[in-house]
Amino acid sequence: MPVANLEWFLLIGAFLFATGVFTILTRKNAVSVLMGVELVLNSANINLVAFSRFVRSPATLGPTSIEFPLQGEAAHHVYGAAWIGGNVFAAFVIILAAAEAAVALAIILGIYRNLGDVDVDEVTAMKG
Amino acid sequence: MHPLLTFAHDVMPFTKGWPDWILYGLLVFIVAFGILNTLVAPLTGISTYIERRLAGRAQYRWGPNRVGFRSMLSALPITRGLAKLADVQPIKFIGSKIPGGLLQFAADGLKLFTKEDIIPSQADQLLFRASPYVIMAGSFAAFAVLPVSFHFRAVNLNIGIFYILGISSIVVPGILMAGWGSANKWALLGGMRAAAQIVSYEIPVAIALMTAVMLAGTMNMADIVDAQRSGYGIQKAGLLGWYAFRYCGLMLVPFVVYFIGGCAEVNRTPFDLVEGESELVAGYHTEYSGFRWSFFFMAEYSNMFAVGAIATTMFLGGPLPPYPVQFTEALFGPMGNLGMILRFGEGFFWFFAKSYFFVLVMIHMRWTLPRYRVDQLMNVCWKVLIPIALVWFVLMCGVRMVRMEMALGPEKDAVTEGHK
Amino acid sequence: MIAALGIRLGDPAAYVFLAFAAMTCGSALIVAASRNIVYSAYALLLTFFGVAGLYAFLDADFIAAAQLLVYVGGILVLILFGVMLTHKIRDINLSNETTNPIIGAAIAGFIFLALAYVSIYTKWDVVERTASPTTGEIGKAFVGKYLLPFEASSVLLLGALIGAAYLARREKEKP
Repeated sequence: MPVANLEWFLLIGAFLFATGVFTILTRKNAVSVLMGVELVLNSANINLVAFSRFVRSPATLGPTSIEFPLQGEAAHHVYGAAWIGGNVFAAFVIILAAAEAAVALAIILGIYRNLGDVDVDEVTAMKG
Repeated sequence: MHPLLTFAHDVMPFTKGWPDWILYGLLVFIVAFGILNTLVAPLTGISTYIERRLAGRAQYRWGPNRVGFRSMLSALPITRGLAKLADVQPIKFIGSKIPGGLLQFAADGLKLFTKEDIIPSQADQLLFRASPYVIMAGSFAAFAVLPVSFHFRAVNLNIGIFYILGISSIVVPGILMAGWGSANKWALLGGMRAAAQIVSYEIPVAIALMTAVMLAGTMNMADIVDAQRSGYGIQKAGLLGWYAFRYCGLMLVPFVVYFIGGCAEVNRTPFDLVEGESELVAGYHTEYSGFRWSFFFMAEYSNMFAVGAIATTMFLGGPLPPYPVQFTEALFGPMGNLGMILRFGEGFFWFFAKSYFFVLVMIHMRWTLPRYRVDQLMNVCWKVLIPIALVWFVLMCGVRMVRMEMALGPEKDAVTEGHK
Repeated sequence: MIAALGIRLGDPAAYVFLAFAAMTCGSALIVAASRNIVYSAYALLLTFFGVAGLYAFLDADFIAAAQLLVYVGGILVLILFGVMLTHKIRDINLSNETTNPIIGAAIAGFIFLALAYVSIYTKWDVVERTASPTTGEIGKAFVGKYLLPFEASSVLLLGALIGAAYLARREKEKP
């Protein structure tokens, strides 16, 4: 088993989440807000991987809506073990974070070109 | 009590009363210091010696030829006395067979160590100071998983090559740190160029490496080496088993793509826009001097070696010799411990010979080719290397699938039956 | 005392774990509180690195390396570019104001306490599991059960690539 209990990882995740939320709420700079979002995503990822490592998983990755021909142990062998689910989810989160950061940075650069500033309070052009 | 702790207590009795965590920290420090001084510094030192000698040849001059074993030997009292007896100059007495200048790197290191450490007053103190360490850490951490000889490496990591790709990406923020911290626009421009270049070229490099990973079916570097022992259906394949020559030479293309991308990642000519001295003074390390500058220098040469070592491991069989390794296994196998040492030395020799071959090629490229323009650089990456790497990846997927189908052929039904 | 909380002291790895945990949390605090946005960005580097270390402690080798490759090598570089392109190098004190820190801290503290309460007082269904390499399993899951999300995410990445390139492109000046 790992050197620390599940609770340790969950607490670190909770702490990262709280700091991320604090950053998002209090910062005016759009890049800083983006950093807060990354912290939140990281905290979620820690939780996902920790649960994947520690907590009992469903018996198999068995069929959902698609018909999988294999069942039980053979399904593990071909489709991957069930406990890996959390890791896979974390990988998806990383993919998403990459896409999100790229688009967000492009938007921030666009704002900077148009307004000369990246203060999120100043971006009110669409306000009615 | 952990064995490490008891060992530390035995070797250093004065540490008995210390708290555990301080002792562990001390051990880490000692090991890191030892590795840095016994392994990395000589590696980069030898590379710089080769570079400077070759640069001298390319420019029709000598290069370093004074500080070295020859002058050290000729300065010894006994040599002087013997030379006096023979009535010749001491340096003539030693002879010209020993190349001069071999210890120039050590002398340079001492010189840089004693130089003044200048920090610009407008610079961001923290970032400016921290950046050399970040870059060093990123480029040296990759050495941990290199299989230096048969089953000999610091860590046997099952994600070996992926770890190298990940850990070496720490270099990029380090470079940006140097560029921003210097408060100098040439440094900033150089840092931004370097970051853009490294991030772009990481893509073809990663895809080319993944082609080899896909063929081996593992990311463990030792297993990738083992997968190159045989090929073309021959058990004792030797040179033919290396991935660069497998599949009728199809794998030469990812190999070349990797090497070009690797050259671009270490920011050397023809890809040295980062420090193009006619435009940017010296790029992101313009403001650095003394020992901090030498850190950048060492990181560059160790990166060069790392690129060569990765190419060697992934495409040229790592420590495998060009003759079938089974011969020496059969020869040295029954010799017990001596055989083990011989085999270790054999792998060591081939690994470093191949890696330094790549270092040599990079040095020759630097002194032969002119520099690219920025737009040409990005065109080569995005319009040539990445499409080729991607197409070849898919092609090799197809080759592997066909071969697996052929291999499974008759037994395939049995395999599927077994799963049900 | 710490041993009672479920850390195996005596194992050197425990100290490394504590160091990584402290690095992650401390640098996250710097991200949230630093006045200099460049320091925030570099503290984020330490956070990402620390989180990668925590993944390694969770035996998630693939995710740890992917974290370094994508977050440190990709997202952090993007953020740094964002910082450096939207500020001038001569701004020595890069403004990174904090508005309403007290309300923000209250909300964040409440969230932390609630999450901490849940994570400590829930009886998790913990199982003993020996560490095994995850890379192969993740690969099988990607082309097995999670094939559709995998393909969807590749389409998403392509869309993000094109979208970002379109957004960041300089408008052609009209003649």
